[in-house]
Amino acid sequence: MSRYVSFRDFDWLLLIFVLMICGLGIMEIRSATAHTQFAGAHIKQVYWVMGGVGAMFLMSLINYQAMLDKVHWLYIAALTSLMLVLIFGQKYKGARRWVKLPGMHFQPSEWVKLILILAVAKYFADLQQRELSWPEFIKAGAIVGVPMLMVLRQPDLGTALTYLPIAVIGSFLGGVRLKQALIVILAAVLLMPLAWHALKPYQRDRLTSFMHPDADSQDKGYQVNQSLIAVGSGGIWGSTEGSQTHLAFLPVPQTDFIFAAFAEEHGFVGALGVLLLYFIVLMRLTQNAQTAPDRAGTFVVMGVVAVLSFHILVNVGMVVGFMPVTGIPLPLMSYGGSSVLFMFLALGMVMNVRMRRFVN
Amino acid sequence: MFGRDEKLSSVRLTAVQYIILAIFLILAYGLWRLQVMQSEFYAGLAERNRVRTVPILAPRGKILDREGRVIVDNYPSFTALLLRDSLRDLSADADLIAKGLNMNPSEVREHIRKFASMPQYQPIFLKDDITPDELAFVESHRNELPELDTIMAHRRLYPRKGFMAHLVGYVGEVSEDMLNQPQWEFYNPGDVVGRSGIELQYNQMLMGKNGARRTIVNSRGKEVQSLSETPAVPGTQLKLTVDIDLQIAAEEAIEGKNGAIIAMDPRTGEILAMVSRPTFDPNNFAVRISRGEWNKLVTDPDKPLLNKAIQAQLAPGSTFKIIMSVAGWQEGVAQSLNVHCNGGANFYGRRFGCWVKQGHGAVDLTKAIYQSCDVFFYTLAEKLGINRIAKYATALGLGQKTGIDLPQEVSGVMPSEEWKIRNFKQKWFAGETISVGIGQGAVATTPVQLMRAIAAISMGGRMVVPHVANPSEFPQAYVAANHYMDVKNIPIEPSGWNLITDAMGRVLLPEGTAPSAHIPGIDIAGKTGSAQIVSLATRAKHENSEALAQNGWFVGFTPRRNPEIIVAVLFEGGEHGRLAARLATQVIKAYVDKQRRLPSKVAKQDHKVDVGAIWNEAGDEEFHGGRFLIDVAKPRLPLATAAPGLR
Repeated sequence: MSRYVSFRDFDWLLLIFVLMICGLGIMEIRSATAHTQFAGAHIKQVYWVMGGVGAMFLMSLINYQAMLDKVHWLYIAALTSLMLVLIFGQKYKGARRWVKLPGMHFQPSEWVKLILILAVAKYFADLQQRELSWPEFIKAGAIVGVPMLMVLRQPDLGTALTYLPIAVIGSFLGGVRLKQALIVILAAVLLMPLAWHALKPYQRDRLTSFMHPDADSQDKGYQVNQSLIAVGSGGIWGSTEGSQTHLAFLPVPQTDFIFAAFAEEHGFVGALGVLLLYFIVLMRLTQNAQTAPDRAGTFVVMGVVAVLSFHILVNVGMVVGFMPVTGIPLPLMSYGGSSVLFMFLALGMVMNVRMRRFVN
Repeated sequence: MFGRDEKLSSVRLTAVQYIILAIFLILAYGLWRLQVMQSEFYAGLAERNRVRTVPILAPRGKILDREGRVIVDNYPSFTALLLRDSLRDLSADADLIAKGLNMNPSEVREHIRKFASMPQYQPIFLKDDITPDELAFVESHRNELPELDTIMAHRRLYPRKGFMAHLVGYVGEVSEDMLNQPQWEFYNPGDVVGRSGIELQYNQMLMGKNGARRTIVNSRGKEVQSLSETPAVPGTQLKLTVDIDLQIAAEEAIEGKNGAIIAMDPRTGEILAMVSRPTFDPNNFAVRISRGEWNKLVTDPDKPLLNKAIQAQLAPGSTFKIIMSVAGWQEGVAQSLNVHCNGGANFYGRRFGCWVKQGHGAVDLTKAIYQSCDVFFYTLAEKLGINRIAKYATALGLGQKTGIDLPQEVSGVMPSEEWKIRNFKQKWFAGETISVGIGQGAVATTPVQLMRAIAAISMGGRMVVPHVANPSEFPQAYVAANHYMDVKNIPIEPSGWNLITDAMGRVLLPEGTAPSAHIPGIDIAGKTGSAQIVSLATRAKHENSEALAQNGWFVGFTPRRNPEIIVAVLFEGGEHGRLAARLATQVIKAYVDKQRRLPSKVAKQDHKVDVGAIWNEAGDEEFHGGRFLIDVAKPRLPLATAAPGLR
């Protein structure tokens, strides 16, 4: 087998667009955290991005096909790490999400996402047929469902939900039938009240405040309301004062609400520009998926596409008032090491697939 | 193995692209909706978030006496208020706020409800004059309760112990009922306005115009930048005609008793003193008063909130005989009237007694006045008839408001045939006239009314309008429009009022009804009165209960010719007019003393006094003698420099 891997096949264009988004994010973090206790966060973010780019190059060097061969070990390791978090995790605001490693906090639920993309890709690539049978469909659901339930136990509804698109895209591309999809959706709708019951009170509050932001504009609806005001007052060209962000009316403007802060300062034109950049990145990724050397490669890239799209949909949807507050960051823009690292590792896998498109 | 697999369905991959496109279009629509369609609305909300308007309260004008001494002042205090330009749910915080400010949560919510219809920039005034503890609570809860703030307010400082309380009145938060009335429609809830007395009458003048400060605040309510400031316009200070020295004398005279004292300059109508008892302390409820305390004041049978000088309508008793005398003289009846009083007389088949059981003997007008012979005035009343009495009494202002510049003055009653038909749909009985002749029956006057009528008689018919504010401080047109300086001339024959006032001059002499009130060296003319509030028979039934005791009256002036001061006293339950007279003369004495103390040319000379002395040193038996020139300043009684409690 001749292996010809070169950085000439690296997707430099994609990287440029990704770095543009990161640049805008760093700019906005700088602006939003100036005069706050988080001042200087943008410098840290620069280091995270630089680290992320490095990690991406490393990731692209490891043959994804080799990774797929060992994916069952990775999957077991993922479940074990989630188990460790449930047992030894640091309790922070009522949830165990973090494991304290020497020198840093580590949130395993992020890298579990990567392993799930690989595991789902491997599973569906091996199936080979055009249509899914019920047992195969349920088995695919279980691959994602088990870690999802463990993350829900932490409890971290937001991150758990980000696992869902991996299963959805896998099933969709793997040949799920319309009937199967409808039955699953129907079952999910019927199970909703049960799920509601299992939610923590603060999670319920987030959902109800999304539906009636004005009912309690002080506490739970406060974030939604202030976000709407920030975005709305930005107008077409952006607010000169940017008072929602700069006078701290908008909560955590550097992480979950960074898009609201950006939209306030740069207006409809700026916000639309950012959306366009994300759209270009996603289209470029799907193009890479089409040119993948094998089924597994396509599944890997599309898994990344699904997770990224879901993040954008939920985060920007939240900022414009279409979605509840779930605590999902905007990939590449939001401040935070775990999020940045995950995105670049995922992109590294995409590059990995792309660089091997002519390998056969 | 990987090489064998076939490619994925490109249809589904394309479908994914379209789904992503759809998602982005929805998100772009969301942005469009907020940032283009509703941008103005949200910009407004953002402005409400960051711009805070805090009022700057204007201090009310001071109230001064005629010599510029301070009667009512302000002192700085902190008022807690809720700012409504934030988006916070105020009701949700009510419990915490109430706890910190020692209020009822329901009270806080009531405040919030009251302001619900007001514009956003109008803050909710929660509590005035907060304690240092409550101020500390506000300061320490800036983060939790950014809407809670304090401003410096100028709170009214009134004289202590109810000094001048009725005349000055008090201020309070404008009530909801008041706001529905036309004269208050331009006021806002939370405005502190005059609620009685001068504070109410001259509210517009005393009240300043509040300013405002607009600032940019952050989400924690911390001021980041100041936008603009409209300074407050302080209220105008008001100078009264009242003389604190006389007021103190009047307050001291009536202390511990119930009733009223008014002193006026009969030449101008300037009120020099006005007291009503019992009194209340307006400092206790300058803004708020507890319900219990308020109920106690309102239900007290002695009516402490009533300014009896202008609001008590009572039978004037024998003081009315002066008005009778004028009526009799002007009608040509009294000059030649001579009666023999044997302690009573029969009219219309009923016996009317004189207050002196053994009778006064032969009585003419002069003796009838200084001895206050009832039989003489019964006879005079019978001869005049009610309509002729009413004509002169009405001309002298009885049964009407005097027009004094104080709120809620009452008119009293001067009966006549027409009055009875109008009010009772009944004919006047001639027998009723007899009681009116001695100021009983249906006649009811207020102290200020009676004083004004007798002042007019003492001035030869020149009747002035009493007033408490000094009109010289007001614009000419305002004074004219409000009748401060109006003068009515009642035609009274000079021989008549000379004789009547001369007779009044003998009331305080040994042959008069109030010799015990005589003050040597002061020529006081006056008339006593004792008015029944129920008939003597009814009173006997109640075992002479104190609540039914007669009211003592006295109206007196000095000097007898060209009077400078007239004092009216209502001594409730005082039984006899001479006791009232003693109160009046204390005020008159204070006036005369003050006049005589005015620095003269003599007083300005140096007062070196040559004195001689003999002494011996301690332990030495030898006496020494010598003469010394000692500088003795003319002794002067201390004059008040401000109302009690104010300096």
